[in-house]
Amino acid sequence: MELDPLLLSRIQFAFVVCFHAIFPVFTIGLASFIAVLEALSFKTGQPVWQRLSKFWIQVFAVVFGMGVVSGIVMSFQFGTNWSNFSYATANFLGPVLSYEVVTAFFLEAAFLGVLLFGRDKVPQGVHLFAAIMVALGTFISSFWILSANSLMQTPGGLELREGMYHVVSWSQALFTPSFGYRFLHMALASFLTAALVVAGVSAWFILQKREFDSNRKALSIALWMLLILAPMQVVVGDFHGLNTLEHQPMKVAAMEGNWQTDTGVPLLLFAIPDQAAQTNHFEVGIPNLASYILTHDWQGEVPGLNEVAPEMQPPVFLVFWSFRIMVAMGLLMVFFGLAGWVLRYRQKYHQSRWFLQSLRWMSLTPFIAVLAGWVVTEAGRAPWLIYEQMTHAEGLTPSLTGGMALFTLIGYVVVYSLVFSAGVYYLLKVFRGGLEKANQPHEQDEVERAKRPFSAAHASLEGEN
Amino acid sequence: MEQPFDLTLIWAVIIAFGVMMYVLMDGFDLGQGILFPFAPDEHYRDVMMNSVAPVWDGNETWLVLGGAGLLAAFPLVYSVFLPALYIGVFLLLAGLIFRGVAFEFRFKAKTSRYLWNWAFAGGSTVAAFAQGAVVGAYIQGFATENFRYVGGAFDWLTPFTVITGLGLVAGYALLGATWLIMKSEGEVQQWAYKLTPRLLLAVLVVFAVISVYTPFVDPKVMERWFSGLSFIWLLPLLALYCAWSIYRSVQKQQEGLPFVATMGLFLFTYLGLLASKWPYMVPPDYTLWDAASAYESQLFLLLGFLFVIPIVLAYTAWTYWVFRGKVKATGYH
Repeated sequence: MELDPLLLSRIQFAFVVCFHAIFPVFTIGLASFIAVLEALSFKTGQPVWQRLSKFWIQVFAVVFGMGVVSGIVMSFQFGTNWSNFSYATANFLGPVLSYEVVTAFFLEAAFLGVLLFGRDKVPQGVHLFAAIMVALGTFISSFWILSANSLMQTPGGLELREGMYHVVSWSQALFTPSFGYRFLHMALASFLTAALVVAGVSAWFILQKREFDSNRKALSIALWMLLILAPMQVVVGDFHGLNTLEHQPMKVAAMEGNWQTDTGVPLLLFAIPDQAAQTNHFEVGIPNLASYILTHDWQGEVPGLNEVAPEMQPPVFLVFWSFRIMVAMGLLMVFFGLAGWVLRYRQKYHQSRWFLQSLRWMSLTPFIAVLAGWVVTEAGRAPWLIYEQMTHAEGLTPSLTGGMALFTLIGYVVVYSLVFSAGVYYLLKVFRGGLEKANQPHEQDEVERAKRPFSAAHASLEGEN
Repeated sequence: MEQPFDLTLIWAVIIAFGVMMYVLMDGFDLGQGILFPFAPDEHYRDVMMNSVAPVWDGNETWLVLGGAGLLAAFPLVYSVFLPALYIGVFLLLAGLIFRGVAFEFRFKAKTSRYLWNWAFAGGSTVAAFAQGAVVGAYIQGFATENFRYVGGAFDWLTPFTVITGLGLVAGYALLGATWLIMKSEGEVQQWAYKLTPRLLLAVLVVFAVISVYTPFVDPKVMERWFSGLSFIWLLPLLALYCAWSIYRSVQKQQEGLPFVATMGLFLFTYLGLLASKWPYMVPPDYTLWDAASAYESQLFLLLGFLFVIPIVLAYTAWTYWVFRGKVKATGYH
């Protein structure tokens, strides 16, 4: 069998980027949560906020460490596997990524050290400032990287001269038509991720009757966030979808599994898209609803995949189902936000066992939703790397062979599996240790404390803590 | 197109400075990993790791900046070096990941501690070797056609690049040992004093081999150095002076000077290398002007850098100050 460097490179990029994405999406939201806890502690002086903060900072430290390690790989992927793309877009992508490093990464790296280890070395106000700077850094970082991604989805402000794009307008290139929606959608996703993980872990502690007062407060904050943000996300997601319809109609056609441009298109709840036959099997749908959602007219016209040649269509099955998974997760979040609200007025949100048990499982949903969402937007852009300008094949490194790509693909899978299992294993230990362990007075000294992300967490790697 | 300033030249200076910063800063902490297997016991390793733990990931941020900065200012370097060094880049990244994770896990581990020791040592050594091989590959040059790399997967791996790889491993170990002299006390410091002259000898031997070898790898280098006596001959002389000063300061048991002199040794060797290859950025065909990005992109980033970098340096210095002082085995001050 001939190894295809294009396919292998796409798999490799999808793998490393998905692996990486789950960490920042969590830390962006969690950094803000920690800043809020630190601010409450600073303002009220109640010990409960600091107890919570000390625990969640430990969790943050581990997840952030994993994000940094996997992120280093990302900045080299563009060059190793997509050198034609990098070279062509360097005039835009280079400055954007460099700005991300100098405005965000350095900020995070420097103030994280103070946040983790400076509690006794700097005044409380300065410590709070460090927490806010770390949170700010995570947002600045997502600004730049989403700007870069949006340009690939809805290019603007560029001009192609002699094989290289030149930036003719920085404001148009940085703020392309899809950027605002994408940024808001991701920011809400990050907050929802933090809210659901905090809710799930707090619920688990409450079920175990551990540190009830502190964990109830954390759960309460998380449920308020869920109640407000989950419906907001549905609305923002809808606007993002309309923006996609305007600029990338084939992506929407794949999301809806709509093969023929038509009016009065049904919203499909279930279907098995068959790309070879250019049709769906076993369709179950609600008549006219897709037309209504996308055009706000029951008879509105929805573009179909037949508008482009089959080889220029995105992988429909993947996009169709990833989209449904994302929406299902979103609706579950809305439901649990409302359920928490109802239970709150019966004073039962911290007592209902089914609710607390379900929240534990709900903490997985934001990660599933985020990955599914990114599959929709990235695979939905195929075969384009830069929409309607450069295909994946054109962006590939010309000297890359299938053997080389396979070697590194296997390599990254092995390396990441080792790192990821160790990281998750350790994170679970931190959870098990809970607030009690995080707030133990620490007689252990400099040797035990490497002053790096994981060192902020006090659990031991093996055995019973 | 005539421009008021030659921004390409300014960017060449910035990138050259950034690479030097990375080499010096990550060099001493990679050096701890290279020396790890030779440490007499776990107590030494604890101190070694602690001496670099608060700063190493900030140091590696310079590497990410190097990658992004090259893409911004000299995209041809980014899009030729990375495909050409494809396998080497993977080894470098895998090495950095393993040592990064080892930092986090070693202190948590008890029975599996030896595994993390190996991850730290192996990862650091592989990363250092890969970086040295990149230097060698740069001296060798790349097969390119029409601004694209056209060579094979292992063109970079030659006897010459193996020597440059080993050279950087020895060099980083020397930086690591002299750093340890500065940051430790007692038996650990004495051990570092004992190591330094041996590492210095190893470095000088490898550097001598490379210096003799290089003109034969690239005839342009031969011409540059041997077509008459010029001021560039000062650079190797200054490097040798630094080497002598490392030796003397270790004899006198001075604490700071060995590290400073080692940085000097690196600096003058590095400048010597740049003088050899100037103005070629992607040898043998492309100069820095061929490799440069568009004027407006260089300007856009430069204006931001002038504003942001001083702030970055200020708060980075502040965090070094917060965590100042000697690293001890137990207790804190």
